[in-house]
Amino acid sequence: MSVATATPLIEVEHLTMRFGGLVAIDDVSFTARPREITAIIGPNGAGKTTVFNCITGFYKPTVGRLTLRGGRGEFLLERMLGHEIGQRAKVARTFQNIRLFPGMTVLENLLVAQHNKLMRASGWSLLGLLGFASYRNAENAAIELARQWLERIRLLADADRPAGELPYGAQRRLEIARAMCTEPELLCLDEPAAGLNPRESAELNELLVSIRDRDGIGVLLIEHDMSVVMNISDHIVVLDYGRKIAEGDPTAIKNDPAVIRAYLGTDDEAIDG
Amino acid sequence: MGSRLPQMLKDAGLTAFVGAALGIFIVGFRTVDVGRGLTFDYHLVDLAVAVVVIFLGRLGLSMAANGLRWPAIALGAVMIAAGASPMQLPSGFLHWFVALGGVLLVIRAIWPWANEAVTEASRTPSGQAISRAGAKWFGWMLLAAAVLLPFSPFADQKTMDLGVLILTYVMLGWGLNIVVGLAGLLDLGYVAFYAVGAYSYALLSTQHGLGFWSVLPLAGMMAALFGVLLGFPVLRLRGDYLAIVTLGFGEIIRLILLNWFDLTNGPAGIGSIPGPTLFGAVFAETAPAGKQTVSEMLGIPFDGNHRLIFLYYIILVLALITNLFTQRMRRLPVGRAWEALREDETACRALGINPTNTKLTAFAIGAMFAGFAGSFFAAKQRFISPESFVFIESAIILAIVVLGGMGSQIGVVLAAVLLIGLPEWFRDLGNYRMLAFGLAMVLIMVFRPRGLVAHREPSIRLHPAGSGGSG
Repeated sequence: MSVATATPLIEVEHLTMRFGGLVAIDDVSFTARPREITAIIGPNGAGKTTVFNCITGFYKPTVGRLTLRGGRGEFLLERMLGHEIGQRAKVARTFQNIRLFPGMTVLENLLVAQHNKLMRASGWSLLGLLGFASYRNAENAAIELARQWLERIRLLADADRPAGELPYGAQRRLEIARAMCTEPELLCLDEPAAGLNPRESAELNELLVSIRDRDGIGVLLIEHDMSVVMNISDHIVVLDYGRKIAEGDPTAIKNDPAVIRAYLGTDDEAIDG
Repeated sequence: MGSRLPQMLKDAGLTAFVGAALGIFIVGFRTVDVGRGLTFDYHLVDLAVAVVVIFLGRLGLSMAANGLRWPAIALGAVMIAAGASPMQLPSGFLHWFVALGGVLLVIRAIWPWANEAVTEASRTPSGQAISRAGAKWFGWMLLAAAVLLPFSPFADQKTMDLGVLILTYVMLGWGLNIVVGLAGLLDLGYVAFYAVGAYSYALLSTQHGLGFWSVLPLAGMMAALFGVLLGFPVLRLRGDYLAIVTLGFGEIIRLILLNWFDLTNGPAGIGSIPGPTLFGAVFAETAPAGKQTVSEMLGIPFDGNHRLIFLYYIILVLALITNLFTQRMRRLPVGRAWEALREDETACRALGINPTNTKLTAFAIGAMFAGFAGSFFAAKQRFISPESFVFIESAIILAIVVLGGMGSQIGVVLAAVLLIGLPEWFRDLGNYRMLAFGLAMVLIMVFRPRGLVAHREPSIRLHPAGSGGSG
């Protein structure tokens, strides 16, 4: 892939996040390109989820600029309210601990994700209340999109079951499908393989690759499962204690001494020397 | 099984002993003022009956818990029979007490059995289809009964009054259901919007001469406006904090009504509010100048009941509008967003849903229906004062929603009949009726912790119902 020509989808510049005296992220800069999977890895407490929370508007960064350049123009994410980032800048995310709407059915979960589009089509409920055909068509289109995603994640038969009743692995897939139903430009996945067995995590790899290649969007991925990270990532950013310690393609990262140190600790000779 | 009997008897004996020890002071004697001082008035028969009921009740409960279903049912039946028999007891309440104990015992004995049968049935697709169809038929039958009630032989003034009262609470329950049941916002000051609606009509009709039908939409809009005014600053709060603020708001509205003497006439209230008219005709024996009475218009003899029947149909239609509107909203994106907010606000924000606007619509629409109900209330009572809008009203409406099962429309109807109807019907019980009311609430919450109707019908289905698509 010609790295030099592609403009970055999201550009993170000098991102710093302090909570009182604690510096969770310290001057981190990186970019992620469209049609690529960019993984953010690092030991526990390295600040990976904090980066996500800044990008998706759950935290306001102390310092730094987050620029998203998508098909709809340029957005400075650090200046936007939480829900606007999903609504206008088209950034979708999933959560480390799954956050579905457990009491609602699988299909309803996917329709809620298309809320803003459907709200417009229903004339902010007025046309929908009066039963206008334009709204019904929009709703049918939304159901069709949901159906396609249910086929892709193999949950079509469970469409009318409450989401909370699904097995764990299916809930993970559903959360990704729900994020994709917002038709995002950038998809942020927070540990999607956590708690999956090897077969399920292989399926997840396929799903993520198909999202990159078929839907053509950029994916930001936090993951501990190296079989996922090394197999599908195009680009890897490594954080440790809130700092970026390395960045590059999977082979370069595997052999990077700083990364090995962060994960395995410093070897004795290095201390002695 | 028989080997456990001595243990059960011992346990029941111990419970009865504790009951007797406590009851001596509470039930056994009471002080009576005889003019020169206090003397004791002994109620030993009451105490004895209570202790026997406790003994038998405890015995029956442990039988039921140990799987001896039939002996427990038999014991319950004996107690019901004893309560219903013309036995000489010092007070009528004791009859009720004995019979009620028996009823509870029978329910306890049957419960696990019925529960098992219901869960078993709800697992099969045909059972699910039946329960869905049943719920639908049940709703239509309730509606038919409500429409036909005024023509039935028991439609005397008392029943019709009660019907109007219950329907008012059904409507308020359905309105609050949008806020609490669907959007998951705990609102403890709902009665404030009811008050806004009532005072809107009372003031506009007595001071500006506007009629009921022209004020009705205005009152709804006024209440919705208040909902938005309150909601804007406070809807960023969650859970308990929101509950406290809405509680405070309810009290503030009541205090304003009480103290803004020039506008609301303070605690003296507003009287001689005109009732609703039928195509301009009034419900009265003689019409005021320039107006026509309904009996003149229709050419039928005057009957005081006509007004009540008319009011009954107005509130029935208003309540049905509330219901239809809510059902419709549930199937629209905004309704799904309400439910999604109730389930997980953080996830909603991540999906680009504006939580504040979504909550605000729920709050305003809920308030609007309270406003409609309020102006109906003012037109029905013809006199309103701040006393009608105290916190306990909010609490009762909330209890109706929670007891009915959050978000369930038919559950609200059942709970309103139970909470408003039963205390009225059991007025004969005197002071004990509130005790029975509390007991009923506790029992429902023990046996059905998620409300009477806990089942949630999906707002949309991919596979048609009953096709057994789920696996």
